[in-house]
Formats: sequence, structure tokens, C-alpha cells
Amino acid sequence: MDIFKIIDKFQQIDGDAVGRLEYATRRHFMNRVGSKLASAAIPTAFAAIVNKAYAQSAKAVDVLNYALTLEYLEDEFYKAGNAAANLIPASDKAIFTQIGKHETQHVAFLVKALGTKAIAKPTFDFQYGGAFGDVFTNYKTFVTVSSALEDTGVRAYKGQAGELITDPQILEYALQVHSVEARHAAVARRLAGTLLGNPAMKGWITGKEGAVAAIYAGEENMMQGGKDLKGLASKSDAAITEAFDEPLSKEAVLAIAGPFIKK
Amino acid sequence: MNKHTETKKTSGKGEGEITSVVNRRLFLRSAGLATSLGTIVIAAGCNDDDDPMIPGSGDTVDLGSGDVGVLNYAYALEQLEAAFYTQVIATPYTGITDAEKTILTDIRDHEIIHRDFFKAALGDKAIKGLTPNFAAIDFTKKDAVLGAAKLFEDTGVAAYNGAGKLLKDPNYLLLAGKIVSVEARHAAVIRDLINPKSADFAGDDIIDANGMDKAVAPADILSAVKGYVKDTITGANVGK
Repeated sequence: MDIFKIIDKFQQIDGDAVGRLEYATRRHFMNRVGSKLASAAIPTAFAAIVNKAYAQSAKAVDVLNYALTLEYLEDEFYKAGNAAANLIPASDKAIFTQIGKHETQHVAFLVKALGTKAIAKPTFDFQYGGAFGDVFTNYKTFVTVSSALEDTGVRAYKGQAGELITDPQILEYALQVHSVEARHAAVARRLAGTLLGNPAMKGWITGKEGAVAAIYAGEENMMQGGKDLKGLASKSDAAITEAFDEPLSKEAVLAIAGPFIKK
Repeated sequence: MNKHTETKKTSGKGEGEITSVVNRRLFLRSAGLATSLGTIVIAAGCNDDDDPMIPGSGDTVDLGSGDVGVLNYAYALEQLEAAFYTQVIATPYTGITDAEKTILTDIRDHEIIHRDFFKAALGDKAIKGLTPNFAAIDFTKKDAVLGAAKLFEDTGVAAYNGAGKLLKDPNYLLLAGKIVSVEARHAAVIRDLINPKSADFAGDDIIDANGMDKAVAPADILSAVKGYVKDTITGANVGK
């Protein structure tokens, strides 16, 4: 069935048609493969729908490849960490296995969605030029880097939302990944806070509190919607900054991620 | 245009409760959230005394249209969350630890900030203050409170994720993005309190095979929370 040719025809008439048709198609598809038997096949087919219907917009391709770069980085990081002997204590294995699984799924989704436009996987240096030299032998360092990567991921996706406002379905997928990164970040931060003996490092970001200072610049922002929220509801500055996560531009994120990427 | 319709509506209490339970169950099944409900202990009528309104009564509140509708939708959900955690801290469950109280107090403050922020941002377009109905939540029991918190947080995440594409103003989209990740942090921490050090903070019950959270449309979310608010919220024009 060549539904995508049909969708293309509709798109020529009505730019919004793709969004509606794709959504309907996906729902129909998900209903039909609702059994757990088929669940392994869902990411591939699901992403293929996105690819065919959407990966034509140059802006969306840029954003998705940018996301793919970060997801490759995270995926490789957790693959190495989860494989390292005597790194992650048994008590915390379930957490990092789950996080690693999601990053692998994000990579798979983006690769399928981008199809031939997907960038190749870069080569990474998780020691960050020596700054995290013991990242796969010292659990504290591993959790520090994990919390930093997850919080950066949250900021990175948030920074691209506006770029996707004209691609509603891709925007929605990006938001669905964004909140998963935030779930990861909350748990990684709490582990880091405990391991580093820093109770100020909570699941949410107070001021610009984090294990790697450079990536939290701007998190202390108190201006929302053009208003200074100081004193709102008689709450503390700490609570107000915790209540809002802040975005990072692509340039800022790539500057942070740069030393992780060899080529 | 923002449409305000506030019609007084009265309904029998029993009838309202039955419908809300049915609607919630239907929604939870369709959105795959059913397992989230597993830990909620339903204890009828434990909390009616705290309600300033006549039980069973409420207004019909329309969220309005366009971006204002989306912001009012967020404002409505934040009102419920803020009211819930305010109650949690006012009447802590039996055996609450200091660590749990600190976390739940933080979350309460975030939700109050979100609520008051939306109220101020909406100005005279803001819907009224809603009257919550937490009669089904036994605030004396840890399982009931954390189970309800999990449901509220997961629902909040799914709601913001589903509402993002309805917004036309990129500034509002960014604001929603700034808030949804905080809700997701809440969800993860609450889930970790329920089942520490497990995969549940981003469990397979809520995250799909693409590693994605849920994105749920306003109509389905409003059905899901219907049982927790005395007013009847209508959102047919949200984002339109």
C-alpha cells in the first residue's frame, strides 16, 4: 500500500494534511500491532512513518540530526558504563540499564526517521580531554557526567522547540523525548547529590546547582514571560528557579559537547 | 477569541462520582496509564469537611480558545496540582519522613509558582479558581498520596507534551517547555519514592518502545482529571 504517495498528494492541496493523516495512520497502526509480540517492530515502522512524511523539511532535518548527535553521545556513554566491570554498584544497575535502553531507543528512532539524511555516529572521548579521566572506573565521576549529560539534553531539546513549531508532529516527538531526558536527569542528579555529598543538588535545579558548573549557566533565571517572578506567591528565589528549567542554544550545547566528540 | 461561559450546574453527588470513575478508567485504559492507578487507594469521603463549597456542586468553566485556551488548560491543571500538594503538606500521611516532606514541600512550591504564574500571565482572561475534589484520596496513607502524586505528575507531563503543538506563539511554547521538564522531574522523583532504585522513574508502564513519554490531547486529560474537580471543565476550543 503506498499511503505515502497519497499523503504527498494531499499535502500539495493542504499543508496540514500530513499531520492529520500521519496521526491517523499511526493510531491505526498502533491499534493493529497492540500485542507485545509486535512491540519490537514498532520503533522501526513508527519511525519510518515519520521519515516518509516529515524528514523533507530542511529545518527539521537539522534539528533531528542535532538531537541524534546528542543521543549517540548518551547511548555510547551508557553502553560503555553499563559494560564496565566494577563501575555501577548492583543497587543502581536497574537505573542505568533503563536510561541506557531509552538512549538506544532514541538513536534508533532518529536514525529511522532521518533515513539517508542521518549523520554518521561520531567517535567520542568520554574522558573529555582528561577532565573526566576516570569516568568508567570511578562511579562518582560516571554519575557526575551522567547528570551533566542528561541536564544538557533537557536544555538542548527545550532550545529547539521553537524551531519545530511549524512541524507539529516532530515537535510532539521531541517533547516526548525531552520529558524522558528530564526524568533521567532527576534521578541522575539525586544519585550525584548523594555520592558527592551535596544535598543542594536535588532532582530539580536550584539556581544553577549542578555537578559540572559550566552547563548550568542561565538556569538561575528569574524572568519568565517578560516578568521578574521574584517574590511570586511569597516563595523563595530558590523555589522559583527550580520551578522553571531553562533552554540552551545549539551553539552553547555544541560548545559543551564539543570536547566529547573526537570527530 | 477567548470565550467565557460560566453556567451554574448542579448534579447529584453519587452520580457525579460514578461518572468520573468511569471516565477516568476509560481514559487510563486508552492512554495506557492503567498501571499508574494500581497503587491509588480509594477511600471514599475522607475529606469533604475541608471543602468550602457545597459537595457535588460546581460551575461549568470553559477554557477558551487559541493560545489563551492552552494557557488556561495549564492553569487548570496547575491549580489541581497545587491544591493537592497543599493538602499533602497540611495533613501529612502517617510515617512521612523528613526527606519525603522536603521533596513534597518543594513540589508544592513549584506547583503554586506555576499556578500563580499562569494566573498573572492570563490576567483577566484567566479562568476562575477551581474547586478540587480529593474525596477519593486518603491523605493519611503514604501509598494513596504518592500514588495520586504519580498520577498527577504523569498526567501533567502527558498534558504538556500533547498541548505543545497546539500553541502558536513560540514564547508560550518555550514556557510550556520550561515547565514540563520540571513536571517530569517530579514524576521521576515521586516514582523513585514509591519504588526506590528501580527502573520505575521512567518505567515501561509510561515510556513507550521508542523511549518516549506520553503526549495526550486536552479532551482526554480533562476526562482523566474530571473526578478530581467539582467544576465541569470544557476545553473544546483549546488551541483552536
